[in-house]
Amino acid sequence: MPAIFHYISQHARGERLPPAEMAASLVLVLLIAVTVRAVLFRSSLAEIIAERVEVVSPLNGWKRVVEGLALLDLGVSPYSGDVFHETPLMIYLFHFVIDYSEIVFMIADAITAVALYLAVQDYNKIVYRKQKYTLEAGRYPLDVAELLRTPKEMMYIPIKVAVFYLLNPFTVLSCVAKSTCGLNNAVTALFILCTIKGSALLSAIFLALATYQSLYPFTLFAPALLYQLQRLYIPISVHSPRFWIFTSQYGSMYLGSLVVITCLSFFLLSSWDFVTSVYGFILSVPDLTPNIGLFWYFFAEMFEHFRPFFICVFQINVVFYTIPLSVKLKEHPIFLMFMQIAVISIFKSYPTVGDISLYMAFLPLWHHLYRFLRNIFLVSIVLIACSVLFPVLWHLWIYAGSANSNFYYAITLAFNVGQILLVSDYFYAYLRREHHLIHGLYLKKKDGTEETLILK
Amino acid sequence: MAGAVFGMLLLFVFINFGSLTIKSEVSHLDEEQIFSTSKVSTEEEHQNQVSDTNFHHHRDTLQDEERTDPAELWTSPESRSQQYETPLVESHVEEGRQNEAPATRNGLAESGQPPKVNDRFQEELVIRPLLSGDVYSSFQFRTRWDTDLLNKQKKVSHFRLFPKSLGQVISKFSIRELHISFTQGFWRTQQWGPPFLPAPPGVELWVWFEHTVQDVDRSWKELTSVLSGIFCASLNFIDSTNTIQPSASFKPLGVANVTDQRFLRYAVLPREVVCTENLTPWKKLLPCDSKAGLAVLLKSEKLFHSSFHSQAVHIQPICQDLQCKKTSWELRQTLSVVFDLHATGQSKREWSLFKMFSRTLTEPCPLASTSKVYVDITETSKGDDLIEVAPAVTLQMQAVVLGDRRKYMVYDLMTPEPYGSLRSLNILLKWKLQDSEEMLPPILHAERYVGGYGLQTGEIHTLIYNNHPFRAFPILLMESVPWYLRLYIHTLSVISKGRENKPSYIHYRPSKDRQYPHLLEMLVQLPPNSITKVTVQFERALLKWTEYPPDPNHGFYVSSSVLSAQVPSAVALDANHTTEEPLFTNLFPIMEESSYFMRVYTEPLLVNLPTPDFSMPYNVICLTCTVVAVGYGSLYNLLTRTFQVEEPSAGLAKRIANVIRRLRGVPPL
Repeated sequence: MPAIFHYISQHARGERLPPAEMAASLVLVLLIAVTVRAVLFRSSLAEIIAERVEVVSPLNGWKRVVEGLALLDLGVSPYSGDVFHETPLMIYLFHFVIDYSEIVFMIADAITAVALYLAVQDYNKIVYRKQKYTLEAGRYPLDVAELLRTPKEMMYIPIKVAVFYLLNPFTVLSCVAKSTCGLNNAVTALFILCTIKGSALLSAIFLALATYQSLYPFTLFAPALLYQLQRLYIPISVHSPRFWIFTSQYGSMYLGSLVVITCLSFFLLSSWDFVTSVYGFILSVPDLTPNIGLFWYFFAEMFEHFRPFFICVFQINVVFYTIPLSVKLKEHPIFLMFMQIAVISIFKSYPTVGDISLYMAFLPLWHHLYRFLRNIFLVSIVLIACSVLFPVLWHLWIYAGSANSNFYYAITLAFNVGQILLVSDYFYAYLRREHHLIHGLYLKKKDGTEETLILK
Repeated sequence: MAGAVFGMLLLFVFINFGSLTIKSEVSHLDEEQIFSTSKVSTEEEHQNQVSDTNFHHHRDTLQDEERTDPAELWTSPESRSQQYETPLVESHVEEGRQNEAPATRNGLAESGQPPKVNDRFQEELVIRPLLSGDVYSSFQFRTRWDTDLLNKQKKVSHFRLFPKSLGQVISKFSIRELHISFTQGFWRTQQWGPPFLPAPPGVELWVWFEHTVQDVDRSWKELTSVLSGIFCASLNFIDSTNTIQPSASFKPLGVANVTDQRFLRYAVLPREVVCTENLTPWKKLLPCDSKAGLAVLLKSEKLFHSSFHSQAVHIQPICQDLQCKKTSWELRQTLSVVFDLHATGQSKREWSLFKMFSRTLTEPCPLASTSKVYVDITETSKGDDLIEVAPAVTLQMQAVVLGDRRKYMVYDLMTPEPYGSLRSLNILLKWKLQDSEEMLPPILHAERYVGGYGLQTGEIHTLIYNNHPFRAFPILLMESVPWYLRLYIHTLSVISKGRENKPSYIHYRPSKDRQYPHLLEMLVQLPPNSITKVTVQFERALLKWTEYPPDPNHGFYVSSSVLSAQVPSAVALDANHTTEEPLFTNLFPIMEESSYFMRVYTEPLLVNLPTPDFSMPYNVICLTCTVVAVGYGSLYNLLTRTFQVEEPSAGLAKRIANVIRRLRGVPPL
């Protein structure tokens, strides 16, 4: 025990930047990010990027937003065709800010980064406090000192998260292409911030907004609820009335705001067409434009009579993991949230690189899992190689005509395998660390040799 | 001797007509002369076809048809008197009627009066030599019937001249107007000038339904299936994905009280190939079939050896009289064909009916009330005598056709004059100059192409030319683009003379995937002497592998866009003609014929779409499912298992020993 205390106190004494300096570095990062985006917006690259299928999908392409507004101007309902799939609130927003769209998208990215920064800062404090209590209660085995987290190491995590989000090439591309995915990310980030800050109402409202925007985030209800229960020290038990009261409170706030937003959209255009045009489009996958996901080629090559079955299977696959993950990770709701966002962005029907950038922003938060990651090197290489190969094979297929669709498809497969390995590796590392925190880091056999841990 | 003459007669009939003609009592001497002249001009093309079997077979059909036909041969008194100049033929027909159609005669005999004939048939052929050296021939067969086909109480069941198959279709589906055209080839407005009746390549069908029709879409679907049976065409490929309801471009041509576009359906099949199987049913709708009259010229082996072929059927109600209290039905069957100077004409600027159709004309259709051939001699009369026409006839007429003052030589086939001493009319056209003339550009024409490269996006460019030197006029442009080319209407740009030319009216219906196509209609004002460029961007969709046609890399057709316009006529440009007219008629420069309605079809487009690999649906299903299973498997692994310390597995001997020890009830090792 003293050894651990010694270890912690040794690191706690490390120099600590005052908050002002942290804020200054955040502003610096923001400035760099805005500069990069502004330069790209002004360059000829912006048009090329806006056409990339990896960056924009039929759901969030900027060209389609403009088309929707043009249709409104012509007096045609934007949902009467199959080009526009944004929500009515989105079209209402851009009706006013169409001329400042570039600024809107840069602000959205900044909001996401700042929200994540603040959320992670808060979360780290809670994690550290919790670790301190556990340590003081003496519930850690003696040899886990090097697994414990230190303030020095945690201090840089928020700024790293902001950097990971803002300067991630995926985010930059997404922003320059004016993919509305950036706005959805901002909503999700605000939801995370409100959840961590403990504001149940705001959290429910932002969750409803995120759901309204892209449907899948409704699975984030589980981690948000778990986190707030934990924060209020409410036991997660079916016998506890407080558990049921809070769950129904939060649930009704969420559903209430969802109903309000949906009705608001109805009154904006006075028609329910948007429901089929947005959510029906997400669920039934009629547009097979290539993207980085698994749906397009699968359903282009699907036998007609199996289509409904496989659509159900693939859509259930996206949301199904919520239940077992919530059970397994009920003590770790923020990690659960990370897992959920990652699973959604891998398995959703129209993924873009903007979705990936959101869960990748969380990776610095799990910096302490690094020593348990098994194949991070391989996975990073796969992801980088695939990102480079996407445009190459696209060019070979679509423009040069020297390759066919299978080439591009192969790269999407590799890219998705890479993402799956990345996420499952982090999941493995997280579980392993938790196991070590309980059972000790260096387990020895009776004969003194080292034990090997396996999953059974 | 008599047998030999009869044989010659049959041979003649076979070569010249290929089938039955009513008129057969002609003097033998003339017969032989005609035969010999035709033989010379065939240049021994057709002689080998005549064989003995053909002879017998032909004689059989001759007799058969003479036995069955007379019921149909019921002609109006006035037309009969025009048709047969020789009393011999007249009495022959009368005889046939009395002998072979007693049933139809009975009722009439009782009343003692000839029946009041309420239908009429007219036929005409216009031949226009084109400046390029090609020849444009346009046939028109018009049947008019004063009856009400749509009356539900009193069903019409007796059909005479009007084809029964079409009449029944009209009453069954409550059709107000029906227009269908089958076209092979593209009309080159720039070289040939405007056609009498434009048609887009492939099949075009547009129908106005009666406002009593409840489910228009269903009627439309059934109608297309019925028509595909009647015309042996793939009209059953018309479905909601290529049907549109234009708001302004296709207004009813006949008498109409319905102008609500809900009752209009329009579809084009640009990929449809038109050939003999479509011509034969079309010819069968004619009262004389192709056995007499102008229709004998319609032989598919010649018609389809041309650079443009278009046949159409137009059914519409017209006014019966000036008061227009009652309507009649009008059926116009038109056929236009352009023979190519080099392909058909052996590069010689000499044309004749025989060279074009390998037949000559010997008689009108006996059921026709008028039967005329018009030859455009405008070029000849302009002074520089470009074309020589033989045989020359005295009857000439002038008309303003498509804004142009044209002069025609008229051959009235009802009179014996045009046939001459040979009893056969073979019109010859001969150019004096052997090199082609430059044509004045048509006042309105358009062209269209796809821009861009790669299979992701593209641009449709439409160039519209207004060649009028000083008048601007509006045009209505209609585009129907299939759903798999996703149009972006915000990229629409209309530029005339380097400046933005905002359309004053836009009707746009965006497409819905697999349901209906894009429809874009707009009214654009064309400045004088200008080129207007209409550009719109599109995105190419990736389809399901079953949605591609068997040759996916051939590309997908986009139907022609349609330009409808009131074009200021070129007659108004001509200052000289006023000298011939009374001065009081032209105090104001605007004349009745100062503008005319014109429709121009642009080229259909052929667009490539990205294709999936058609050979590997199983592989794709397996591979994608594997990736999903990798995700599922790794998460499942982590979710259901826990970390445990690895225990070295016991050896085989020890395990067996433990089983034995358990049986013995002893604790295991």
